[in-house]
Amino acid sequence: MTQKSKQVGTFREAVQDVPDGATIAFGGFAMPGVPFNLIKALLEHGAKQLTLVANTTGGAQQPRMPDIGMLVENGQVRKVICAFTASTRPTDVIPFTKYYESGEVDAELVPQGTLAERLRAAGAGIPAFYTPTAVGTELAAGRETRVINGREYLLEYALPLDYAFIRATRADASGNLQFHRSQRNFCPVMATAARVTIAEVDDHIVPVGTIDPDQVHTAGIFVHRLVKVPPAPEGLWPTRRQERRR
Amino acid sequence: MSGTKGLNRQQMADRIAFEFQDGWIVNLGVGIPTMCSNTDIGDRDITYHSENGVIGYGPIAPQGEEDLNLVNAGGQNVTLKAGAAVVHHADSFAIIRGGRIDVTVMGAYEVACNGDFANWKIAGQKGGGIGGAMDLAACARRVFIIMEQTTRSGAPRLVAQCALPVTARGVVKLVATNYGLFEPIGDGFRIREIAPGVTLDEVHATVGCKLTVPENLLTVRLVS
Repeated sequence: MTQKSKQVGTFREAVQDVPDGATIAFGGFAMPGVPFNLIKALLEHGAKQLTLVANTTGGAQQPRMPDIGMLVENGQVRKVICAFTASTRPTDVIPFTKYYESGEVDAELVPQGTLAERLRAAGAGIPAFYTPTAVGTELAAGRETRVINGREYLLEYALPLDYAFIRATRADASGNLQFHRSQRNFCPVMATAARVTIAEVDDHIVPVGTIDPDQVHTAGIFVHRLVKVPPAPEGLWPTRRQERRR
Repeated sequence: MSGTKGLNRQQMADRIAFEFQDGWIVNLGVGIPTMCSNTDIGDRDITYHSENGVIGYGPIAPQGEEDLNLVNAGGQNVTLKAGAAVVHHADSFAIIRGGRIDVTVMGAYEVACNGDFANWKIAGQKGGGIGGAMDLAACARRVFIIMEQTTRSGAPRLVAQCALPVTARGVVKLVATNYGLFEPIGDGFRIREIAPGVTLDEVHATVGCKLTVPENLLTVRLVS
C-alpha cells in the first residue's frame, strides 16, 4: 500500500481544482457531518454554475454557518438537488426558498431515501432502480413506472458526483475514515459516488495502520483529500441547536 | 381556530403513543410526533429509529451534556439507549423501504378518508419539504398522523379528497387531532374517541366529509 499521505494543508488548496459547472455533494444532516469549512473555501474559491447535492440547503439555524443559500447568494449555483427547498413549517424560513420560488436558481426536489439510494447506486455501478417511494404523487407525474409483483414502482436514476465534501471524526493518512454518531449520515454514500472525495476531519490525521481495519467506516479508496479542521474560531464546528418556538 | 380546544399537543402525542406495541420499531417525524417519545407507556420495549441512521435513541440530551454529532430527525440533540446502533443514510432507508418500521408518526396538512395525506407542499408554493416522508409513508407498516382538527382559518383538515399534493396514497391508518381519534374508512372517517370538552356537533362541523360515530363513543384515553 502506498504510504503517501492524502492530507492537504489548507481548505483552499483542497478545493482549488473545482471547475465551473461541477456537481458537488455536501454531507450532513442538521449540523452533524456538514463540511462547513470546505463550503466556506468554495465560497472563497468562486467556482460558478455548480450543481449542488445535499439533504437541505441550510440556513435554518442561528448563528448561520456556510451553506448552499450563501453559495446561491454568491452567484455560484445553477441547480440544487435536495429533499427540502422549503421547510414544512411555514414559520421556518430557509434562505434558499426565496431564490427558488422566484426562479433565480433551479432545484430538483427528491425524497430523502431516493436521494441516498441514487448516490448509493452511482457508487455501486447501478445506473437506475425502481422504488415504491413517491408513486402516486406529483413527483411521479409523466415518469416511468412499472408494476413488479403486483406493486407499482418509480424508476430513478443514479446520481454520480464530481466531488463529495464530507466531514469525519477520524482519518488515517490513506483516507480511511471513522464517523462519530450521526455525523455519518450521507457521507459514506456520497464518498462512493464521487470521482473526488474531500473529507474535513475533526481529529489529527493519524499514521497509516493506526485505525483497526475492522473499525473503518469508509475505506480510503473512496477518499482523495483530507484536511484537519483547526480549533475554533479559525475552524468551523457544529454548534448547539437553538430551539425555535412557533 | 380549533387548536385551543380539546387535547393539547402532548396529549395528542400521548394518545398515539399508547397505540405502540411491545417490540415495535417506531419512526417519529418532526414537530408534535417527536413528543411521543416523552409518553410513559410502561415497560413496552420500543426502538426509535431516526431517518439519519440512528437506531435506538432515547430522550433529548440535558443541557450541557449534548453530543453535537448526535441528532434526531428534527435536529435535536438526543441520547442513545443501551444497544443503539448507527448506520449510514442508504442503510437507514433500506430499513424503511425494507418494511422494518412498524409505525411512522407524522404531521400533516390534510388527510383524506381514503387514506391519502398531504404534508410536504403548501398551496401556491413551487417547492416544498419532503425529507424522508414519502419513503416512510410508502413503506412503513402503518402511518399514524397527528395534526390540528382544522386550519388556522377553521377549514377542515379531515377531508373527502386532498386539495394539496399528496405524500402517499391510501396509507393512513389512524389520526389524532385535538378533537379526538379518527380512522379513515374509505367513504368517510370513523371517530373512535372524542376529546374531553369537545361536543359531537363540533366534530361534525369540522370534518369535511362523512363522519361515522359508534354507538358507544369513548372519551380519549389519556393514561396508558
